[in-house]
Amino acid sequence: MLSRTADSLFWLSRYVERAENTARIIDAASRLAALPTGYGSVGNEWESALAASGCLAAFTEIYGEDATADSAIDFLAFSPANPSSIKNCLEIARFNARAVRTALTAEMWETINSAWLELKTYGHGELDLSRLADFLRYVKRTSLAFDGSAYRTMLRNDAYWFTRVGVFIERADATARLLDVKYHVLLPPEAQIGGSLDYFQWSSILRAVSAQTSYHWVYRQSLKPWLVADLMVLNKQMPRSLAACYENITRNLDQIAQGYGRQGASQRHARSLYTRLESSDIDAVIAGGLHEFLSEFVAENGRLGSLITEQYLV
Amino acid sequence: MVARAFDEMTGLGAECRQGYEIVDNWLKTTPADLLRRRQHEAELLFRRIGITFAVYGDAEGEERLIPFDIVPRIITRPEWDRLESGLVQRVTALNLFLDDVYGRGEIVRAGIIPEDLVYKNPYYRPEMQGVALPHKIWVSIAGIDIVRVDADTFYVLEDNARTPSGVSYMLENREVMLRLFPDLCARHRIAPVENYADELLATLKSMAPRTASADPTVALLTPGPFNSAYYEHSFLADKLGAELVEGSDLYVRENVVYMRTTEGPKRVDVIYRRLDDDFIDPLAFRPDSVLGVPGLMAAYRAGNVTLANAVGTGVSDDKAVYSYMPEIIRFYTGKDAILKNVPTWRCREPEALKYVLDHLPELVVKEVDGSGGYGMLVGPKADAAKIETFRAKLKAHPEKFIAQPTLALSTCPTFVEEGVAPRHVDLRPYVLTGADGVRVVPGGLTRVALEAGSLVVNSSQGGGTKDTWVVDVPTPQQLQQIHQAQQQQQASAKPV
Repeated sequence: MLSRTADSLFWLSRYVERAENTARIIDAASRLAALPTGYGSVGNEWESALAASGCLAAFTEIYGEDATADSAIDFLAFSPANPSSIKNCLEIARFNARAVRTALTAEMWETINSAWLELKTYGHGELDLSRLADFLRYVKRTSLAFDGSAYRTMLRNDAYWFTRVGVFIERADATARLLDVKYHVLLPPEAQIGGSLDYFQWSSILRAVSAQTSYHWVYRQSLKPWLVADLMVLNKQMPRSLAACYENITRNLDQIAQGYGRQGASQRHARSLYTRLESSDIDAVIAGGLHEFLSEFVAENGRLGSLITEQYLV
Repeated sequence: MVARAFDEMTGLGAECRQGYEIVDNWLKTTPADLLRRRQHEAELLFRRIGITFAVYGDAEGEERLIPFDIVPRIITRPEWDRLESGLVQRVTALNLFLDDVYGRGEIVRAGIIPEDLVYKNPYYRPEMQGVALPHKIWVSIAGIDIVRVDADTFYVLEDNARTPSGVSYMLENREVMLRLFPDLCARHRIAPVENYADELLATLKSMAPRTASADPTVALLTPGPFNSAYYEHSFLADKLGAELVEGSDLYVRENVVYMRTTEGPKRVDVIYRRLDDDFIDPLAFRPDSVLGVPGLMAAYRAGNVTLANAVGTGVSDDKAVYSYMPEIIRFYTGKDAILKNVPTWRCREPEALKYVLDHLPELVVKEVDGSGGYGMLVGPKADAAKIETFRAKLKAHPEKFIAQPTLALSTCPTFVEEGVAPRHVDLRPYVLTGADGVRVVPGGLTRVALEAGSLVVNSSQGGGTKDTWVVDVPTPQQLQQIHQAQQQQQASAKPV
């Protein structure tokens, strides 16, 4: 397939996934921010939401230091100044989709096109809470429908594999950032592990990735930060965990290599990251520093993106 | 004053013309609010599928829908057969003409057409002079604009021999009609149009260069998502199973064209290009073009890639050259043109210019190289100021204009605000010419001027489209059965 087409498919699915991740972060942050002070709001919940989305620096440049619910939600959801705002993500996704329409199935196109049409009905300054909840639901619904139509209707060929790789690289990035922000920004040194503050912080992470029930199924005990980390980093049953993402990335990259009859730098890099995740245990990761582990992961995950671009997309 | 228009359903009176009986009955028995609802559904369908076009210079409507009218336009099989033979004759002559003017130029030497009209034409490409195209086919895809003025008379209004657009609407309109009105469709024997993409692919493959592999690679070259016809480009690429490429996806090495793919370079044999001559190769034409492919012309002239349509075909669809089509057809085929030309005054000729200047309020004046309904004067609809502007333009550059009488274009029943009313229409059938023959898919794109009395059908200026049905005429017995079946159906549907 055309390199440009593969590039657009890859980014199309990344942007749809990114929109969903941001919606989840807003959702979790509004919930935490709504808790009485002393339970949840040590530090600024909205600041950590911005950090988890990787756009705190861009935000500060425009709005200054103090993130409020209004300014943060506006920036994360609607602002044209934020290249990763949900609105921008969906617009870029639709532009990419339009550029590679022939590589999409009718269902995928209709999903992204209808979402784009519906996007016009939401806008700046409409921060009424129930309307915001509608908006976030709409974003998640769009991503689910898009992913679902890709899964159910696409031919299993390189076009499909590139969209999968895009989804999982983006998702791994989001999970790692979310965890990192919560781990080192929100946990004040004096807070007691296992205290109620913690409980809300960690449960909000699980909520952001829709994994509260999963946690209880897997561990059958009350929330422990290291088990939350285990679930999100190493547990392959958990579909948003780093290990699960890399299981999918290596499989789809291998499919591409098989289809083309040639392995390359991106396959080797993905496999080495996956092996590292598979052979780690959470105690060792925490002993070595979870923050360091996650920052390195984010960088290596980004490097995989560049390797894929060099190998296939230009 | 415009003469009273011929209506394709009712003629000049209130009788129902042959072929329209079922539609007439359907319009009379279907409640207006049901039609309105269907019209709305059609719109939703188009918007959801994303059938849009862009209007240049319109910031608001970056993407707009072309209005679709739910009342089909009927052409009977005998009418179509005559149109088709005329189209085949005309496009065959166009190809012979182009091969001649870029070759020996016999038609010029014979004094049939003035030399400067061909060789000083802005669309004449000296780069193509003496290039022997492998199959002598210059225009693979032609869109011939036809208007009707009475029961028997069709005129060719324009030949589009460069990159005619609109065929995706022909296909989507049919799809929408089949979805919205399956019963009405089933009551007719409608000639299918769905095979257009297959015919186009066969045509393009038949034109592959001799150095191509047995299964040549076809690509559709688009200027990109900002082009007004981008939707159509992606739609056609999809139906063809061809890659939709932009200039940056292609490159030329040693006079062979390749596309950049995830598996490395892949040779391209046939390019269906929807990009004007000016832009296809910055080395050969406009150096500032970023849409094209450097070196494409060299590969083309070396015979390693086929471009459809060929470079330089614009010289044949110029409106001044158009006026010579009857002579051109006679010169190459030895026969009279089956389809008539609209009588045309070439303003470059002093006597014609004088006549035109004296009769501006009753004429249509067009730029010889204009398209899309821009830069034209419709005398009977224009105010004095506009007429004077054109008078000045004509005096300054008479060679840039032609003039034609204002035709009483036929009307078709159309569903508008106030109900079903007659609106003016034209027709653009698409004619495909490959190494293996000429193909015409029955029907084409009907464009309709939605404003009452308007003669401008262009989508950029408020025109809409209709599905065009070439139908077999039913016998009276068949007709009776169909009506009975319809009555029964409606009777059984009533209690709802």
